[in-house]
Amino acid sequence: MDSNMYREQIIDLYENPLNYGTLEPADFSYEEDNPLCGDVIRIDVRLDADKRVTAVTWSGDGCAISQASASLLTEAIKGMTLEQIKVFPKERLLELIGVQLSMARVKCALLSLKVLKAGAYGLPDPEEIRSQTET
Amino acid sequence: MLDVEKIRTDFPILQTEMYPGIPLVFLDSAASSQKPTAVLDAMDYYYRALHANVHRGIYRLSEDATNAYESARERIAHFINAPTSTQVIYVRNATEGFNLVAYSWGNTNVQAGDEILLTEMEHHANLVPWQMLAERTGAIIRYLPFDKQGMLDLSLLPQFLTEKTKIFSFTAVSNVFGTINPVKQLVDAAHAVGALAMVDAAQAVPHMAVDVQAWDCDFLAFSGHKMCGPTGIGILYGKQELLEAMPPFLGGGDMIRRVTFDGSTWNELPWKFEAGTPSIAEGIGLGAAVDYLTDIGMDAIHAHEQFITHYALEALSEVPDLKVWGPAVASQKGGVAAFTMAKVHPHDIAELLDKDGIAIRAGHHCAMPLHQKLGLSASARASFYLHTTTAEIDKLVASLHRVRHVFRL
Repeated sequence: MDSNMYREQIIDLYENPLNYGTLEPADFSYEEDNPLCGDVIRIDVRLDADKRVTAVTWSGDGCAISQASASLLTEAIKGMTLEQIKVFPKERLLELIGVQLSMARVKCALLSLKVLKAGAYGLPDPEEIRSQTET
Repeated sequence: MLDVEKIRTDFPILQTEMYPGIPLVFLDSAASSQKPTAVLDAMDYYYRALHANVHRGIYRLSEDATNAYESARERIAHFINAPTSTQVIYVRNATEGFNLVAYSWGNTNVQAGDEILLTEMEHHANLVPWQMLAERTGAIIRYLPFDKQGMLDLSLLPQFLTEKTKIFSFTAVSNVFGTINPVKQLVDAAHAVGALAMVDAAQAVPHMAVDVQAWDCDFLAFSGHKMCGPTGIGILYGKQELLEAMPPFLGGGDMIRRVTFDGSTWNELPWKFEAGTPSIAEGIGLGAAVDYLTDIGMDAIHAHEQFITHYALEALSEVPDLKVWGPAVASQKGGVAAFTMAKVHPHDIAELLDKDGIAIRAGHHCAMPLHQKLGLSASARASFYLHTTTAEIDKLVASLHRVRHVFRL
């Protein structure tokens, strides 16, 4: 077994996540799951007058890769502007994770970025859309 | 006892290495089984020497292809003890079998307020087509619960099976728990209230002798690719009078007797349900799979899987932090062990096992409602077949210990 796959950093972050929690109120919040594996991530972001990130938290549940990725991403965007968040490159996040991922696991790794960008672009909550179309 | 080492040489893929020096340990047959040379050769021979369209040509090659394709159907019918091969309909997979019945039988026989009984342990293939039927008709779906051991709670049957029930569709063997359900008893209970019974045999036909007449089920569906056969072929079995009364599912060539600009009349069984050029090579391949399994013997295969499952349950019970879901006794189980390990996500388990060449399934195994009831988002699942060895189980257990180490358990 190649334990490099699960570099110490990933396990550390899985055990002691960074920026874990929720923000009330937040300037934008978004939550999404990956029904395939049940990973779920919510991100809350607070911005200042210049639309810079002053506080960010994440919460959720899932595999070590998705959870570590959320810690690394929220750490990386502190102080960034909304526009910078919108174009945050996925390659950058994969670099931060720093382990070779199979195709299926890249999805886990990028769930947090997907959630962050959906929030940054002000997309409606998928749960809300679902409940609205059901009624 | 099976000569497992000899059987393993029948499967070319089992000789491959996943990574340099690390052989494949394939523990995901419940998702899709590997193929023996006999099946590969039969399909290859068909394409090289027999290929022509079936049921059409007035020439030798087409007749030979038709004979090979139809003779496979005969052997498959015999394999499940169907009274006639006209009751054995080629479909793409078990999923298509359920869709065929839900549309063709369901649309004409199910009305608003009628009840469809399923169980809480069903695969999506035996859930979604009925949910779609309920959506179309206003019928109500009920789910027979399973208990803490992953066994159906039969004491609740009288509450769930009523004169309102039109059909009871359930799995013979759970693809997550491995639970072997008392099929005959469930079929009889359905018939007692005037309901039909449909059996999901996708996890049964590959692993044990199945006799549709002994079960007395009205419909039964299974997939070829889980029983050493190719993908793209499966079987729907049905009782003759039911199939005859049902309208076609898909329209097109092969399923008609006569077509005019004003309309069409239908071909006889089984072709009424087989529109278009069928999966000929796949039908022939499934026939070869049935021959292969028959030669080895379904009772011997089942006994081997019981032995391996018993061995695996004992070995897994000694891994700390690990919980196996479903019946704890091998005799109540097909060759399946779904498990979770403390805080470690099943995808992480599967990924780390893969580094040791071990292929297991991680996720919800197309049974999301079952996992919801257990309060799990996912589980890991190892499944066994005629080629599984105790040495492979030992490798699984050793690898699981390494997972614990990586996750500091």
